[in-house]
Amino acid sequence: MADLVSHPDEVKVVSKRFGKSATNIDRYLELDGYKAVQKALGMQPDAIVNLVKDSGLRGRGGAGFNTGMKWSFVPKQSPKPKYILCNGDESEPGTCKDRLIFEHDPHSVIEGVVIAGIATGSHAGYIYIRGEYRYLLEIMQKAIKDAYARGFLGKNIFGSGYDFEVYWHGGAGAYEVGEESALMESLEGKRGIPRIRPPFPAVVGLWGGPTVINNAETLASVPHILLGGAEWFAKLGPPKNGGTRLFCLSGHLNRPGVYELPMGYNLKKMIYEVGGGISGGRKLKAVVPGGSSCPVLTADEIDVSMDFDSMMKAGTMLGSGGVVVVDETTCMVNFALRIMKFYQHESCGWCIPCREGTDWLKKTLTRFHHGGGVKKDIDNIQYLSENMLGRTFCPLGDAAAMPTISIVKKFRKEFEDHLEGKPCPFEKAGVTEPAAVLA
Amino acid sequence: MKFSDQFEARFSDMLTHYPTKRSVLVPTLLYAQDEVGYLSPDVIHEIAQRLDLTELEVSNVISYYSMLTTKPRGKFNVQVCTNIACMLRGGEELLDHCKTKLGIGHKGTTPDGTFSLEEVECIGACSWAPAAQVNYDFHENLTVEKMDKVLDEYRKN
Repeated sequence: MADLVSHPDEVKVVSKRFGKSATNIDRYLELDGYKAVQKALGMQPDAIVNLVKDSGLRGRGGAGFNTGMKWSFVPKQSPKPKYILCNGDESEPGTCKDRLIFEHDPHSVIEGVVIAGIATGSHAGYIYIRGEYRYLLEIMQKAIKDAYARGFLGKNIFGSGYDFEVYWHGGAGAYEVGEESALMESLEGKRGIPRIRPPFPAVVGLWGGPTVINNAETLASVPHILLGGAEWFAKLGPPKNGGTRLFCLSGHLNRPGVYELPMGYNLKKMIYEVGGGISGGRKLKAVVPGGSSCPVLTADEIDVSMDFDSMMKAGTMLGSGGVVVVDETTCMVNFALRIMKFYQHESCGWCIPCREGTDWLKKTLTRFHHGGGVKKDIDNIQYLSENMLGRTFCPLGDAAAMPTISIVKKFRKEFEDHLEGKPCPFEKAGVTEPAAVLA
Repeated sequence: MKFSDQFEARFSDMLTHYPTKRSVLVPTLLYAQDEVGYLSPDVIHEIAQRLDLTELEVSNVISYYSMLTTKPRGKFNVQVCTNIACMLRGGEELLDHCKTKLGIGHKGTTPDGTFSLEEVECIGACSWAPAAQVNYDFHENLTVEKMDKVLDEYRKN
Protein backbone atom coordinates (compact mmCIF):
# COMPACT_ATOMS: atom_id res chain seq x y z
CA MET A 1 0.00 0.00 0.00
CA ALA A 2 2.84 2.37 0.82
CA ASP A 3 4.52 3.74 -2.31
CA LEU A 4 7.87 2.29 -3.36
CA VAL A 5 10.71 4.48 -4.60
CA SER A 6 14.06 3.72 -6.16
CA HIS A 7 17.44 5.29 -6.72
CA PRO A 8 20.42 4.07 -8.80
CA ASP A 9 22.67 3.92 -5.71
CA GLU A 10 20.44 1.36 -4.05
CA VAL A 11 21.76 -2.14 -3.40
CA LYS A 12 18.71 -4.33 -3.11
CA VAL A 13 19.13 -7.23 -0.72
CA VAL A 14 16.31 -7.14 1.82
CA SER A 15 14.15 -5.19 -0.64
CA LYS A 16 14.94 -7.29 -3.70
CA ARG A 17 11.51 -8.92 -3.71
CA PHE A 18 9.59 -5.68 -3.02
CA GLY A 19 6.91 -5.11 -5.64
CA LYS A 20 7.28 -8.65 -6.98
CA SER A 21 4.21 -10.28 -5.40
CA ALA A 22 6.39 -12.37 -3.08
CA THR A 23 3.57 -12.59 -0.53
CA ASN A 24 2.43 -15.42 -2.81
CA ILE A 25 4.36 -18.49 -1.68
CA ASP A 26 4.84 -19.87 -5.22
CA ARG A 27 6.25 -16.56 -6.37
CA TYR A 28 8.48 -16.48 -3.29
CA LEU A 29 9.80 -19.94 -4.18
CA GLU A 30 10.58 -18.79 -7.74
CA LEU A 31 12.56 -15.92 -6.23
CA ASP A 32 14.90 -18.30 -4.31
CA GLY A 33 12.52 -18.50 -1.38
CA TYR A 34 13.02 -21.18 1.31
CA LYS A 35 16.36 -22.23 -0.22
CA ALA A 36 18.31 -20.69 2.67
CA VAL A 37 16.42 -22.60 5.34
CA GLN A 38 17.03 -25.88 3.48
CA LYS A 39 20.71 -25.04 3.34
CA ALA A 40 20.66 -24.29 7.08
CA LEU A 41 19.11 -27.67 7.80
CA GLY A 42 22.21 -29.31 6.31
CA MET A 43 24.62 -27.24 8.42
CA GLN A 44 25.92 -27.57 11.96
CA PRO A 45 24.23 -24.99 14.24
CA ASP A 46 27.61 -23.53 15.20
CA ALA A 47 28.50 -23.08 11.55
CA ILE A 48 25.31 -21.01 11.03
CA VAL A 49 26.08 -18.86 14.08
CA ASN A 50 29.64 -18.29 12.87
CA LEU A 51 28.50 -17.46 9.35
CA VAL A 52 26.11 -14.80 10.66
CA LYS A 53 28.79 -13.52 13.04
CA ASP A 54 31.32 -13.22 10.20
CA SER A 55 28.83 -11.45 7.95
CA GLY A 56 28.95 -8.45 10.29
CA LEU A 57 25.15 -8.34 10.51
CA ARG A 58 24.18 -6.04 13.37
CA GLY A 59 20.78 -5.46 14.96
CA ARG A 60 18.61 -3.35 12.71
CA GLY A 61 16.27 -2.31 15.51
CA GLY A 62 18.78 0.30 16.56
CA ALA A 63 21.19 -1.14 19.10
CA GLY A 64 23.50 -2.54 16.44
CA PHE A 65 24.66 -5.59 18.36
CA ASN A 66 26.31 -8.35 16.30
CA THR A 67 23.49 -10.80 15.51
CA GLY A 68 25.62 -13.96 15.38
CA MET A 69 27.16 -12.99 18.72
CA LYS A 70 23.68 -12.59 20.22
CA TRP A 71 22.74 -16.06 18.99
CA SER A 72 25.92 -17.52 20.47
CA PHE A 73 24.84 -16.48 23.99
CA VAL A 74 21.95 -18.98 23.94
CA PRO A 75 22.94 -21.99 26.06
CA LYS A 76 23.23 -25.26 24.13
CA GLN A 77 21.44 -27.26 26.80
CA SER A 78 18.37 -25.83 28.42
CA PRO A 79 15.77 -27.51 30.63
CA LYS A 80 13.22 -24.98 29.35
CA PRO A 81 12.18 -24.55 25.70
CA LYS A 82 14.13 -21.98 23.69
CA TYR A 83 12.33 -19.37 21.59
CA ILE A 84 12.93 -17.01 18.69
CA LEU A 85 11.06 -13.72 18.89
CA CYS A 86 10.83 -11.42 15.89
CA ASN A 87 10.36 -7.81 16.90
CA GLY A 88 7.93 -6.21 14.47
CA ASP A 89 6.64 -3.63 16.92
CA GLU A 90 8.16 -0.92 14.73
CA SER A 91 7.30 2.38 16.40
CA GLU A 92 10.42 4.53 16.68
CA PRO A 93 9.36 7.88 15.20
CA GLY A 94 10.91 8.21 11.75
CA THR A 95 10.93 4.47 11.08
CA CYS A 96 8.68 2.73 8.55
CA LYS A 97 10.85 -0.01 7.04
CA ASP A 98 9.61 -3.21 8.70
CA ARG A 99 6.23 -2.27 7.35
CA LEU A 100 7.51 -2.72 3.80
CA ILE A 101 9.18 -6.03 4.64
CA PHE A 102 5.95 -7.45 6.07
CA GLU A 103 3.96 -6.03 3.18
CA HIS A 104 6.16 -7.29 0.38
CA ASP A 105 8.25 -10.16 1.71
CA PRO A 106 6.70 -11.81 4.79
CA HIS A 107 8.18 -15.22 4.00
CA SER A 108 11.72 -13.84 4.31
CA VAL A 109 10.96 -13.01 7.94
CA ILE A 110 9.55 -16.49 8.55
CA GLU A 111 12.65 -17.98 6.94
CA GLY A 112 14.92 -15.83 9.13
CA VAL A 113 13.05 -16.97 12.25
CA VAL A 114 13.42 -20.65 11.30
CA ILE A 115 17.13 -20.26 10.54
CA ALA A 116 17.68 -18.51 13.88
CA GLY A 117 15.85 -21.46 15.45
CA ILE A 118 18.02 -24.06 13.77
CA ALA A 119 21.16 -22.15 14.76
CA THR A 120 20.21 -21.99 18.42
CA GLY A 121 18.41 -25.33 18.82
CA SER A 122 14.99 -23.76 19.27
CA HIS A 123 11.73 -25.24 18.00
CA ALA A 124 9.31 -22.32 18.19
CA GLY A 125 9.25 -18.72 17.02
CA TYR A 126 6.88 -15.78 17.42
CA ILE A 127 6.45 -12.88 15.02
CA TYR A 128 5.16 -9.88 16.97
CA ILE A 129 3.58 -7.17 14.81
CA ARG A 130 2.33 -3.88 16.19
CA GLY A 131 -1.45 -3.50 16.50
CA GLU A 132 -1.70 -0.56 14.09
CA TYR A 133 -0.31 -2.80 11.32
CA ARG A 134 -3.46 -4.93 11.12
CA TYR A 135 -3.23 -5.43 7.35
CA LEU A 136 0.34 -6.65 7.78
CA LEU A 137 -0.67 -9.05 10.53
CA GLU A 138 -3.20 -10.48 8.07
CA ILE A 139 -0.51 -10.84 5.39
CA MET A 140 1.71 -12.61 7.93
CA GLN A 141 -1.11 -14.91 9.12
CA LYS A 142 -1.65 -16.02 5.53
CA ALA A 143 2.08 -16.47 4.89
CA ILE A 144 2.44 -18.66 7.99
CA LYS A 145 -0.61 -20.72 6.98
CA ASP A 146 0.77 -21.22 3.46
CA ALA A 147 4.16 -22.28 4.82
CA TYR A 148 2.50 -24.85 7.10
CA ALA A 149 0.45 -26.19 4.18
CA ARG A 150 3.68 -26.87 2.25
CA GLY A 151 5.39 -28.60 5.16
CA PHE A 152 7.91 -25.75 5.55
CA LEU A 153 6.77 -25.29 9.15
CA GLY A 154 5.55 -27.69 11.81
CA LYS A 155 6.75 -31.24 12.35
CA ASN A 156 9.64 -32.56 10.28
CA ILE A 157 10.18 -29.43 8.16
CA PHE A 158 11.32 -30.17 4.60
CA GLY A 159 11.51 -33.84 5.65
CA SER A 160 14.58 -33.04 7.75
CA GLY A 161 13.38 -34.49 11.05
CA TYR A 162 13.59 -31.00 12.58
CA ASP A 163 10.40 -29.53 14.08
CA PHE A 164 9.75 -25.81 14.06
CA GLU A 165 6.55 -23.91 14.82
CA VAL A 166 5.98 -20.26 13.89
CA TYR A 167 3.19 -18.19 15.42
CA TRP A 168 1.97 -14.65 14.80
CA HIS A 169 1.20 -12.21 17.61
CA GLY A 170 -0.41 -8.78 17.44
CA GLY A 171 0.19 -5.80 19.73
CA ALA A 172 -2.27 -3.09 20.73
CA GLY A 173 -0.36 0.20 20.64
CA ALA A 174 2.72 0.79 22.76
CA TYR A 175 6.10 2.19 21.72
CA GLU A 176 7.86 0.77 24.73
CA VAL A 177 6.95 -2.77 23.73
CA GLY A 178 9.60 -2.41 21.02
CA GLU A 179 12.16 -2.75 23.82
CA GLU A 180 13.07 -6.42 24.06
CA SER A 181 12.14 -7.18 27.66
CA ALA A 182 8.89 -5.20 27.44
CA LEU A 183 8.16 -7.09 24.22
CA MET A 184 8.36 -10.38 26.09
CA GLU A 185 6.08 -9.08 28.85
CA SER A 186 3.56 -7.99 26.24
CA LEU A 187 3.68 -11.37 24.50
CA GLU A 188 3.05 -13.02 27.84
CA GLY A 189 -0.17 -10.98 28.13
CA LYS A 190 0.99 -8.27 30.50
CA ARG A 191 1.67 -4.55 30.56
CA GLY A 192 4.90 -3.86 28.66
CA ILE A 193 7.02 -3.09 31.70
CA PRO A 194 10.73 -3.73 31.12
CA ARG A 195 12.63 -6.42 33.01
CA ILE A 196 15.90 -5.80 34.81
CA ARG A 197 18.98 -7.36 33.21
CA PRO A 198 20.87 -9.58 33.87
CA PRO A 199 19.64 -12.19 33.29
CA PHE A 200 19.59 -11.40 29.59
CA PRO A 201 16.82 -12.82 27.35
CA ALA A 202 19.32 -15.20 25.70
CA VAL A 203 19.45 -17.01 29.05
CA VAL A 204 16.09 -16.21 30.68
CA GLY A 205 13.48 -14.91 28.25
CA LEU A 206 9.95 -15.87 27.24
CA TRP A 207 8.31 -17.97 29.98
CA GLY A 208 11.76 -18.30 31.51
CA GLY A 209 13.30 -20.02 28.49
CA PRO A 210 16.34 -18.78 26.52
CA THR A 211 15.10 -16.37 23.87
CA VAL A 212 16.65 -14.73 20.83
CA ILE A 213 15.01 -11.40 20.01
CA ASN A 214 15.80 -9.86 16.65
CA ASN A 215 14.30 -7.04 14.62
CA ALA A 216 12.30 -7.99 11.51
CA GLU A 217 14.87 -6.44 9.12
CA THR A 218 17.68 -8.33 10.88
CA LEU A 219 15.87 -11.64 10.44
CA ALA A 220 14.92 -10.82 6.84
CA SER A 221 18.65 -10.32 6.12
CA VAL A 222 19.61 -13.76 7.41
CA PRO A 223 18.40 -15.90 4.45
CA HIS A 224 20.39 -13.69 2.08
CA ILE A 225 23.54 -14.25 4.15
CA LEU A 226 23.02 -18.02 4.07
CA LEU A 227 22.78 -17.97 0.28
CA GLY A 228 25.25 -15.20 -0.57
CA GLY A 229 27.86 -16.02 2.06
CA ALA A 230 29.33 -14.08 4.97
CA GLU A 231 32.09 -12.52 2.89
CA TRP A 232 29.73 -11.09 0.26
CA PHE A 233 27.46 -9.60 2.92
CA ALA A 234 30.31 -8.19 5.02
CA LYS A 235 31.84 -6.50 1.95
CA LEU A 236 28.63 -4.59 1.18
CA GLY A 237 29.48 -2.26 4.07
CA PRO A 238 32.53 -0.98 5.94
CA PRO A 239 34.41 -3.31 8.37
CA LYS A 240 32.21 -4.75 11.14
CA ASN A 241 29.11 -3.20 9.55
CA GLY A 242 27.95 -5.81 7.08
CA GLY A 243 25.20 -5.45 4.54
CA THR A 244 22.73 -2.79 3.61
CA ARG A 245 20.06 -0.88 5.45
CA LEU A 246 16.58 0.24 4.69
CA PHE A 247 16.84 3.98 5.29
CA CYS A 248 13.51 5.71 5.85
CA LEU A 249 13.91 9.24 4.51
CA SER A 250 11.32 11.66 5.80
CA GLY A 251 10.72 15.29 6.69
CA HIS A 252 11.55 18.26 4.46
CA LEU A 253 12.83 16.33 1.46
CA ASN A 254 11.86 16.41 -2.19
CA ARG A 255 11.89 12.61 -2.52
CA PRO A 256 11.14 11.00 0.82
CA GLY A 257 10.85 7.22 0.82
CA VAL A 258 12.44 3.99 1.99
CA TYR A 259 15.71 3.30 0.15
CA GLU A 260 18.02 0.34 0.61
CA LEU A 261 21.58 1.64 0.62
CA PRO A 262 24.88 0.03 1.55
CA MET A 263 25.90 0.42 5.15
CA GLY A 264 28.30 3.36 5.35
CA TYR A 265 26.55 5.47 2.69
CA ASN A 266 27.32 9.16 3.13
CA LEU A 267 24.55 11.05 4.91
CA LYS A 268 25.00 14.23 2.91
CA LYS A 269 24.65 12.29 -0.33
CA MET A 270 21.64 10.50 1.09
CA ILE A 271 19.91 13.80 1.75
CA TYR A 272 20.88 15.71 -1.37
CA GLU A 273 21.06 12.98 -4.00
CA VAL A 274 18.89 10.08 -2.91
CA GLY A 275 16.32 12.20 -1.09
CA GLY A 276 16.43 14.91 -3.76
CA GLY A 277 17.50 17.73 -1.43
CA ILE A 278 15.48 20.03 0.80
CA SER A 279 11.96 20.95 -0.28
CA GLY A 280 11.48 24.38 -1.78
CA GLY A 281 15.25 24.88 -2.09
CA ARG A 282 15.38 25.85 1.58
CA LYS A 283 18.40 25.33 3.81
CA LEU A 284 19.01 22.33 5.98
CA LYS A 285 18.95 22.93 9.73
CA ALA A 286 19.17 19.54 11.43
CA VAL A 287 18.95 15.80 10.82
CA VAL A 288 17.67 13.06 13.10
CA PRO A 289 19.86 10.26 11.76
CA GLY A 290 18.21 7.11 13.06
CA GLY A 291 14.87 7.62 14.73
CA SER A 292 13.77 10.19 17.30
CA SER A 293 15.93 8.84 20.12
CA CYS A 294 19.23 9.72 18.38
CA PRO A 295 21.08 12.95 19.10
CA VAL A 296 20.47 15.34 16.19
CA LEU A 297 23.16 16.46 13.77
CA THR A 298 23.46 20.03 12.50
CA ALA A 299 23.80 20.93 8.82
CA ASP A 300 27.59 21.12 9.29
CA GLU A 301 27.84 17.61 10.69
CA ILE A 302 26.29 15.56 7.90
CA ASP A 303 29.39 14.58 5.96
CA VAL A 304 29.47 11.23 7.77
CA SER A 305 29.34 7.57 6.91
CA MET A 306 26.05 5.95 7.93
CA ASP A 307 27.35 2.93 9.81
CA PHE A 308 27.14 2.07 13.49
CA ASP A 309 30.74 2.92 14.40
CA SER A 310 31.09 6.17 12.42
CA MET A 311 27.83 7.48 13.82
CA MET A 312 28.98 6.66 17.33
CA LYS A 313 32.17 8.63 16.64
CA ALA A 314 30.03 11.53 15.40
CA GLY A 315 28.34 11.58 18.81
CA THR A 316 25.08 10.08 17.66
CA MET A 317 23.67 6.70 16.60
CA LEU A 318 22.72 4.92 13.40
CA GLY A 319 19.63 3.73 15.26
CA SER A 320 16.68 2.30 13.40
CA GLY A 321 17.31 3.85 9.97
CA GLY A 322 14.79 6.68 10.32
CA VAL A 323 16.39 9.76 8.79
CA VAL A 324 14.25 12.82 9.55
CA VAL A 325 15.36 15.95 7.74
CA VAL A 326 14.57 19.34 9.27
CA ASP A 327 14.76 22.63 7.32
CA GLU A 328 15.55 26.20 8.39
CA THR A 329 11.92 27.18 8.97
CA THR A 330 11.54 24.75 11.89
CA CYS A 331 11.67 25.87 15.52
CA MET A 332 14.04 23.50 17.31
CA VAL A 333 12.45 24.25 20.69
CA ASN A 334 9.12 23.10 19.30
CA PHE A 335 10.85 20.11 17.72
CA ALA A 336 12.39 19.15 21.08
CA LEU A 337 8.98 19.64 22.68
CA ARG A 338 7.25 17.33 20.20
CA ILE A 339 9.87 14.64 20.81
CA MET A 340 9.45 15.00 24.57
CA LYS A 341 5.63 14.88 24.33
CA PHE A 342 6.06 11.54 22.62
CA TYR A 343 8.35 10.07 25.27
CA GLN A 344 6.23 11.42 28.09
CA HIS A 345 3.19 9.77 26.51
CA GLU A 346 5.00 6.48 26.00
CA SER A 347 6.85 6.21 29.32
CA CYS A 348 5.36 3.27 31.21
CA GLY A 349 5.98 4.98 34.53
CA TRP A 350 7.91 2.08 36.01
CA CYS A 351 11.21 3.94 36.58
CA ILE A 352 10.96 7.27 38.35
CA PRO A 353 13.69 9.15 36.44
CA CYS A 354 11.88 8.47 33.16
CA ARG A 355 8.33 8.95 34.44
CA GLU A 356 9.06 12.21 36.27
CA GLY A 357 11.81 13.40 33.96
CA THR A 358 9.80 13.21 30.75
CA ASP A 359 6.85 14.91 32.45
CA TRP A 360 8.91 17.78 33.86
CA LEU A 361 10.70 18.21 30.56
CA LYS A 362 7.46 18.30 28.61
CA LYS A 363 6.04 20.92 30.95
CA THR A 364 9.23 23.00 30.92
CA LEU A 365 9.56 22.84 27.13
CA THR A 366 5.87 23.68 26.64
CA ARG A 367 6.16 26.73 28.87
CA PHE A 368 9.44 27.70 27.25
CA HIS A 369 8.12 27.44 23.71
CA HIS A 370 5.20 29.68 24.61
CA GLY A 371 7.43 32.43 25.90
CA GLY A 372 7.20 31.68 29.61
CA GLY A 373 10.77 30.44 30.02
CA VAL A 374 13.54 31.90 32.11
CA LYS A 375 17.25 31.65 31.39
CA LYS A 376 17.98 29.01 33.99
CA ASP A 377 15.39 26.73 32.35
CA ILE A 378 17.84 26.12 29.51
CA ASP A 379 20.42 24.59 31.84
CA ASN A 380 17.69 22.90 33.79
CA ILE A 381 16.39 21.12 30.69
CA GLN A 382 19.88 19.80 30.10
CA TYR A 383 20.44 18.92 33.76
CA LEU A 384 17.17 16.98 33.97
CA SER A 385 17.92 15.11 30.76
CA GLU A 386 21.45 14.21 31.82
CA ASN A 387 20.13 12.82 35.07
CA MET A 388 17.81 10.42 33.25
CA LEU A 389 20.69 8.85 31.32
CA GLY A 390 21.48 5.30 32.35
CA ARG A 391 19.14 5.39 35.34
CA THR A 392 16.25 3.35 34.02
CA PHE A 393 15.45 -0.35 33.43
CA CYS A 394 14.99 0.17 29.69
CA PRO A 395 16.47 2.72 27.29
CA LEU A 396 13.28 4.81 26.98
CA GLY A 397 14.69 7.30 29.48
CA ASP A 398 17.90 7.56 27.48
CA ALA A 399 15.90 7.84 24.27
CA ALA A 400 14.09 10.89 25.65
CA ALA A 401 17.22 12.46 27.07
CA MET A 402 19.67 12.07 24.20
CA PRO A 403 17.93 14.13 21.50
CA THR A 404 17.01 16.79 24.07
CA ILE A 405 20.59 17.20 25.29
CA SER A 406 21.82 17.49 21.71
CA ILE A 407 19.19 20.08 20.77
CA VAL A 408 19.95 22.24 23.82
CA LYS A 409 23.69 22.02 23.12
CA LYS A 410 23.55 22.60 19.39
CA PHE A 411 20.67 25.08 19.18
CA ARG A 412 21.06 27.01 22.42
CA LYS A 413 20.57 30.28 20.59
CA GLU A 414 17.07 29.27 19.56
CA PHE A 415 16.26 28.68 23.22
CA GLU A 416 17.64 32.12 24.10
CA ASP A 417 15.51 33.66 21.36
CA HIS A 418 12.41 32.45 23.18
CA LEU A 419 13.27 34.18 26.46
CA GLU A 420 11.51 37.05 28.21
CA GLY A 421 8.07 36.43 26.85
CA LYS A 422 9.14 36.80 23.22
CA PRO A 423 6.85 34.93 20.86
CA CYS A 424 8.40 31.99 19.06
CA PRO A 425 10.41 33.47 16.18
CA PHE A 426 9.31 30.63 13.91
CA GLU A 427 5.63 30.64 14.77
CA LYS A 428 3.34 31.45 11.90
CA ALA A 429 1.47 34.71 12.43
CA GLY A 430 -1.76 34.27 14.32
CA VAL A 431 -0.90 30.90 15.81
CA THR A 432 -0.68 31.50 19.51
CA GLU A 433 -2.62 28.57 20.84
CA PRO A 434 -0.55 26.24 23.02
CA ALA A 435 0.39 22.97 21.35
CA ALA A 436 -2.13 20.21 22.01
CA VAL A 437 -1.05 17.94 24.81
CA LEU A 438 -1.81 14.27 24.44
CA ALA A 439 -3.97 12.96 27.26
CA MET B 1 -21.39 -12.48 25.81
CA LYS B 2 -21.47 -13.59 22.19
CA PHE B 3 -18.60 -13.14 19.76
CA SER B 4 -18.52 -14.07 16.06
CA ASP B 5 -17.58 -17.57 14.90
CA GLN B 6 -14.41 -16.13 13.41
CA PHE B 7 -13.46 -14.68 16.79
CA GLU B 8 -14.08 -18.01 18.51
CA ALA B 9 -12.11 -19.98 15.94
CA ARG B 10 -9.17 -17.59 16.21
CA PHE B 11 -9.36 -17.60 20.00
CA SER B 12 -9.26 -21.41 20.24
CA ASP B 13 -6.43 -21.53 17.73
CA MET B 14 -4.39 -18.91 19.61
CA LEU B 15 -4.71 -20.80 22.88
CA THR B 16 -2.64 -23.59 21.30
CA HIS B 17 0.19 -21.18 20.42
CA TYR B 18 1.49 -20.47 23.90
CA PRO B 19 2.44 -22.36 27.05
CA THR B 20 0.26 -20.04 29.15
CA LYS B 21 -3.37 -19.00 28.57
CA ARG B 22 -2.69 -15.42 29.53
CA SER B 23 -0.44 -14.89 26.50
CA VAL B 24 -3.45 -14.52 24.19
CA LEU B 25 -4.69 -11.54 26.18
CA VAL B 26 -3.44 -8.51 24.21
CA PRO B 27 -4.46 -9.60 20.70
CA THR B 28 -7.72 -11.06 22.05
CA LEU B 29 -8.67 -7.75 23.64
CA LEU B 30 -8.11 -5.93 20.37
CA TYR B 31 -10.15 -8.45 18.37
CA ALA B 32 -12.94 -8.27 20.97
CA GLN B 33 -12.88 -4.48 20.79
CA ASP B 34 -13.17 -4.65 16.99
CA GLU B 35 -16.41 -6.61 17.36
CA VAL B 36 -18.04 -4.82 20.28
CA GLY B 37 -16.70 -1.32 19.62
CA TYR B 38 -15.05 -0.94 23.02
CA LEU B 39 -14.01 -3.01 26.00
CA SER B 40 -17.22 -2.92 27.99
CA PRO B 41 -17.47 -4.34 31.54
CA ASP B 42 -19.12 -7.41 29.98
CA VAL B 43 -16.22 -7.98 27.60
CA ILE B 44 -13.69 -7.56 30.40
CA HIS B 45 -15.63 -9.99 32.58
CA GLU B 46 -15.89 -12.56 29.79
CA ILE B 47 -12.22 -12.44 28.82
CA ALA B 48 -11.06 -12.49 32.44
CA GLN B 49 -13.13 -15.60 33.04
CA ARG B 50 -11.90 -17.37 29.94
CA LEU B 51 -8.26 -16.74 30.83
CA ASP B 52 -8.49 -17.38 34.58
CA LEU B 53 -7.61 -13.78 35.34
CA THR B 54 -9.31 -11.23 37.57
CA GLU B 55 -11.12 -8.33 35.94
CA LEU B 56 -8.59 -6.06 37.60
CA GLU B 57 -5.72 -7.88 35.91
CA VAL B 58 -7.41 -7.43 32.53
CA SER B 59 -8.17 -3.73 33.16
CA ASN B 60 -4.60 -3.23 34.25
CA VAL B 61 -3.39 -4.48 30.86
CA ILE B 62 -6.02 -2.47 28.94
CA SER B 63 -4.86 0.81 30.47
CA TYR B 64 -1.33 0.26 29.19
CA TYR B 65 -2.14 -0.07 25.47
CA SER B 66 -3.10 3.07 23.56
CA MET B 67 -5.34 1.27 21.03
CA LEU B 68 -7.51 -0.31 23.70
CA THR B 69 -10.44 1.69 25.03
CA THR B 70 -13.11 1.19 27.65
CA LYS B 71 -15.24 3.96 26.17
CA PRO B 72 -17.32 3.71 22.98
CA ARG B 73 -15.87 5.41 19.91
CA GLY B 74 -17.42 6.53 16.65
CA LYS B 75 -17.88 4.09 13.78
CA PHE B 76 -14.78 5.52 12.16
CA ASN B 77 -11.88 6.41 14.42
CA VAL B 78 -9.77 9.06 12.66
CA GLN B 79 -6.22 8.92 14.00
CA VAL B 80 -3.98 11.74 12.86
CA CYS B 81 -0.25 11.40 13.45
CA THR B 82 1.54 14.54 14.60
CA ASN B 83 4.87 12.99 15.52
CA ILE B 84 8.02 14.57 14.08
CA ALA B 85 7.98 13.26 10.51
CA CYS B 86 4.28 14.12 10.12
CA MET B 87 4.60 17.38 12.05
CA LEU B 88 7.25 18.63 9.61
CA ARG B 89 4.87 18.00 6.71
CA GLY B 90 1.69 19.48 8.14
CA GLY B 91 0.36 16.83 10.53
CA GLU B 92 -0.68 19.39 13.15
CA GLU B 93 -2.54 21.51 10.58
CA LEU B 94 -4.25 18.34 9.41
CA LEU B 95 -5.35 17.55 12.97
CA ASP B 96 -6.63 21.12 13.44
CA HIS B 97 -8.55 20.82 10.20
CA CYS B 98 -10.17 17.56 11.32
CA LYS B 99 -11.11 19.14 14.65
CA THR B 100 -12.86 22.02 12.86
CA LYS B 101 -14.46 19.88 10.21
CA LEU B 102 -15.77 17.26 12.64
CA GLY B 103 -16.43 19.76 15.41
CA ILE B 104 -14.73 17.57 18.01
CA GLY B 105 -11.42 17.53 19.86
CA HIS B 106 -8.83 14.89 20.72
CA LYS B 107 -10.63 11.68 21.75
CA GLY B 108 -14.00 13.25 20.95
CA THR B 109 -16.89 11.61 19.07
CA THR B 110 -19.43 13.30 16.79
CA PRO B 111 -22.98 13.37 18.23
CA ASP B 112 -24.23 11.00 15.48
CA GLY B 113 -21.54 8.49 16.44
CA THR B 114 -20.00 8.43 12.95
CA PHE B 115 -16.53 9.77 13.71
CA SER B 116 -14.08 9.87 16.55
CA LEU B 117 -10.87 11.83 16.41
CA GLU B 118 -7.54 11.07 17.99
CA GLU B 119 -4.09 12.63 17.86
CA VAL B 120 -1.77 9.65 17.68
CA GLU B 121 1.94 8.93 17.93
CA CYS B 122 4.05 7.57 15.06
CA ILE B 123 2.06 5.06 12.98
CA GLY B 124 4.97 4.02 10.76
CA ALA B 125 4.14 6.14 7.73
CA CYS B 126 7.03 8.61 8.10
CA SER B 127 8.19 8.48 4.48
CA TRP B 128 4.63 9.11 3.29
CA ALA B 129 3.81 11.90 5.75
CA PRO B 130 1.55 13.40 6.78
CA ALA B 131 -0.53 10.35 7.47
CA ALA B 132 -3.63 9.23 9.30
CA GLN B 133 -5.37 5.97 9.99
CA VAL B 134 -9.13 5.58 9.88
CA ASN B 135 -9.76 2.44 11.92
CA TYR B 136 -7.03 0.22 10.41
CA ASP B 137 -6.77 1.89 6.98
CA PHE B 138 -3.74 4.01 6.23
CA HIS B 139 -4.15 7.31 4.36
CA GLU B 140 -0.87 8.87 3.33
CA ASN B 141 0.69 11.92 1.68
CA LEU B 142 -2.34 13.80 2.92
CA THR B 143 -3.36 17.38 2.34
CA VAL B 144 -6.35 19.15 3.82
CA GLU B 145 -8.24 18.59 0.53
CA LYS B 146 -7.37 14.88 0.44
CA MET B 147 -8.41 14.52 4.07
CA ASP B 148 -11.80 16.04 3.24
CA LYS B 149 -12.28 13.48 0.47
CA VAL B 150 -11.27 10.64 2.78
CA LEU B 151 -13.76 11.74 5.45
CA ASP B 152 -16.51 12.19 2.88
CA GLU B 153 -15.94 8.65 1.58
CA TYR B 154 -16.33 7.21 5.07
CA ARG B 155 -19.37 9.34 5.78
CA LYS B 156 -21.08 7.76 2.75
CA ASN B 157 -20.57 4.26 4.17
